[in-house]
Amino acid sequence: MTRIEQVPHRTIGDAGAVGQSIDRVDGPAKVAGRAEFTGDMHVASMAFGRVLRSPLARARIVDIDVRDAEAIAGVVAVVTAADLSDIDATFGHAIRDRPILADGQVRFMGEPVVAVAAETDEIAQRAVEAIRINYEPLDPVVDVEDAIADDAVAIHTDFYPPGFAHGLGELGERDGNICYTHRITDGDAHDALQSADIVVEGTYRFPAVYQYALEPHTVIADHTGAELTVWASCQHPFLVRAELASIFELALDKVRVIVPYLGGGFGSKSYTKMEPIAAVVSRKAGRPVRIANRVDEAMVTTRRHGMICEMRTGAAADGTLVGREVRMWLDTGAYADNGPRVTATAADAAPGPYRWDAVSVEANCVYTNTAPSGSYRAFGATHLQWIGESQIDRIGRQAGIDPLEMRRKNLHQRGDILRAGGTPLDGDLIGDIEKVATALDWGAERGPDRGVGLSVGVLAAGAHPVSSATIKLGPDGRATLLVGSTEMGQGTRTAMAQIASEVLTIPVSSIDVHGADTWFTPYDRSTGASRSTTVAGKAVERAAREVAAALRETGAELLGTDSEHVVLIDGAATHGDATIPFDEVVRHRFGFSGGEIIGSGEVRPTGGTGSYAEGPVFWEVCIGGVEIEVDRDTGEVRVVHSVGIADVGRAINPDLIRIQDEGGTMQGLGNALFEEMEFSADGLLRNDTLLDYRIPTTADIPDRFDTIIVENEDGPGPFGAKGCGEGILAAIPAAVVNALGSMGIEINRLPATPERVWRAMQSSAEGVQDG
Amino acid sequence: MVEGPRSDRIHLVKLRCELNGGQVEEEIPDHELLIDFLRERLGLTGTKMSCEVQVCGACTVLVDGNPVSSCCMLAADVDGHSVLTIEGLRDLPEYVTLERAFLNHAATQCGFCTPGFMLTSAALMASGAPRTRRERSEALSGNLCRCTGYSVILDAVEEAVGAYDEN
Repeated sequence: MTRIEQVPHRTIGDAGAVGQSIDRVDGPAKVAGRAEFTGDMHVASMAFGRVLRSPLARARIVDIDVRDAEAIAGVVAVVTAADLSDIDATFGHAIRDRPILADGQVRFMGEPVVAVAAETDEIAQRAVEAIRINYEPLDPVVDVEDAIADDAVAIHTDFYPPGFAHGLGELGERDGNICYTHRITDGDAHDALQSADIVVEGTYRFPAVYQYALEPHTVIADHTGAELTVWASCQHPFLVRAELASIFELALDKVRVIVPYLGGGFGSKSYTKMEPIAAVVSRKAGRPVRIANRVDEAMVTTRRHGMICEMRTGAAADGTLVGREVRMWLDTGAYADNGPRVTATAADAAPGPYRWDAVSVEANCVYTNTAPSGSYRAFGATHLQWIGESQIDRIGRQAGIDPLEMRRKNLHQRGDILRAGGTPLDGDLIGDIEKVATALDWGAERGPDRGVGLSVGVLAAGAHPVSSATIKLGPDGRATLLVGSTEMGQGTRTAMAQIASEVLTIPVSSIDVHGADTWFTPYDRSTGASRSTTVAGKAVERAAREVAAALRETGAELLGTDSEHVVLIDGAATHGDATIPFDEVVRHRFGFSGGEIIGSGEVRPTGGTGSYAEGPVFWEVCIGGVEIEVDRDTGEVRVVHSVGIADVGRAINPDLIRIQDEGGTMQGLGNALFEEMEFSADGLLRNDTLLDYRIPTTADIPDRFDTIIVENEDGPGPFGAKGCGEGILAAIPAAVVNALGSMGIEINRLPATPERVWRAMQSSAEGVQDG
Repeated sequence: MVEGPRSDRIHLVKLRCELNGGQVEEEIPDHELLIDFLRERLGLTGTKMSCEVQVCGACTVLVDGNPVSSCCMLAADVDGHSVLTIEGLRDLPEYVTLERAFLNHAATQCGFCTPGFMLTSAALMASGAPRTRRERSEALSGNLCRCTGYSVILDAVEEAVGAYDEN
């Protein structure tokens, strides 16, 4: 079929086209409790799986006795590493360093050692309790400082091949416990800092954080030997398919991954997690097996990297920035997971979108004997933005320059190159930050207990831009849209339907969008990096345009004109006053009772130019501000007003954008003020329940929430759209830290708990503050 | 660390209760949790399991009209009581009001917490709704949502409470 990029079309009234805050298409099912999640599904003859996990952070496995477990009536299968000798029972999309089940030693508290399946969940639990494992405890390496010490024990000693989906070029060799290093060198930063009039520096700590998707990882696997079917709460079905195919040496089409609704993701369900364990248990059981993590298991399945960072920033006396030097160590836990990518993104975020004479960044990804760290919304940017932005404000205070003026003076402008060879800056950062300042009534007099802060950053978004989509338009004039984006709350099915609706001129209620089933759904690389609306959405737009072209082609025959004179309006092919509804067009095209018009669209980085080829697909802005009130007696921070910028190019559904940003703001406040996973000196996770690990509740809502949607139609996605939803999470902790800084309270460790804020206030009262 | 197997002996008890407007009579193990009774035994999967420690509210059901965490209650303890889950709420007149309010305010995202919020909200509507936003916020503080910023949920509940009061 010919591809026509410019098709005449008309926006359809209130039926759901682009730009309208229509009800989400999955809303009624979700409100009614009818939306099906993996844990709600029952597959015929399904058994129930449980995992026995290591109680120790580092130990040698002396022996495993499963005889008592196997003897329990109703136990179907008990699986240890010894059952996996016929396959390469390791995985890891960045570094293939992770055994499906621990083989010979355990490297973190919570590492899966034995998996069982039984007729009921209760029997499976009893079987797990009946397994006896004799461990020889070894001294764990818990902190990053210990892991990078010269005499540190090497947590891994084997060679591991790189994974299939890290996208980082040559990974380099492991150096002790450092599994990956990313460096950025632009000019001589040391010289630049030598010549600077003002230099600020510090050592900063960011905590390990738990994503807490309410639905813990859940998988049903059915491994028949020849084929493997998996129903999974995973964000990236096609990457999980590839990893499972590799483990079991199956062709891609012999692995089928089906993804229903996800009860939140936030990165915790990106890449492969519990799928291989469920698959090996099913393989031994000879029947489908469901494994559902509990929250304490989800917490040790993946988390956000803790980090130590040293940063120095220099400026001329007039506030012009000259140089920055950064070194950081990210705690990736016992296995790399997405650590190398997180590390590279953190390095990218370290300079911030500022003009420098010279920059030097070294980012290290470090193994420790703690739970593996992977993706969490706005990774890298959240780690670095609060550090870099607090140093900009400190320089401003020393130079006597307002934070807003510091940014006007130093920020990159649209079209500037942020990364050598990469997509130029595609947003108006100064325009955006002015909007935040206006919303916060910047410069207004506030009481002594009030502070105000803002922050700016950018995040390389879009991941690898490979997506495809198919639309089928049937003889009843309804369309089915097949696209691999995972619906995990962000509203992707609604946005995709709106994009198709805009092109096809039929209402969203006439378009069905389902979850991915890799047997039928066309390839989509992943759901993450704020990419779906932009990249998969562009594929959907192109698929819709193919359908539209066919409708105009057949419509022209019926209307007695050329296809370029046919205009699609409200679900009909029209020419002048003549109108033929799509159902008639489809029936005419195929004869008899009709068929289906099929359109397909793809996006790929190859064979073209522009941001899809250069990368990143777009720069997601991370811009926000807050006004806070601090209780001088307790150090408690209350957020009076938060402001976020959603610089989306074109808003497909403004309400969905607003709630994404409000949710991101709340996660940002959790990261900034109280969320922290605490590991003991023995490497044991101390706060592994929601009783001890607190996330924001209704009590933590800012008094006032503002989300400012910016539409400059400057995105590479459909109708000028670009992604959103992550940037605000990086912006908010930075804004909070800067608001505290504006009150003379210097924070170099998150979360800024009342105790830490109170202690910082005592230090500043002793005169240890800038300017 | 390693524990021996639990006793295989299962004590069965008879459970009679009102569930979603109908009568239920089942013989169940005395230690069966209410959430497992609902989800696994009866297939009422609208009630969700998350934190298991009575913090998140995803498993909220109403017992005699009061919100409880079904993850921390024995099924045997609802003997002689009335239980309402999201499946039953769907049939009640106030559901239409709540549904419309949640959709109007885009107050659901991933949807995993939503049934719990709906039931807590229904209890609020029925019990003479708190007047201020702060009171409503406190009443909903036992339900966690990680997707939204809560404000849209509070807006939805305000709308529902207002609309219901008018009827």
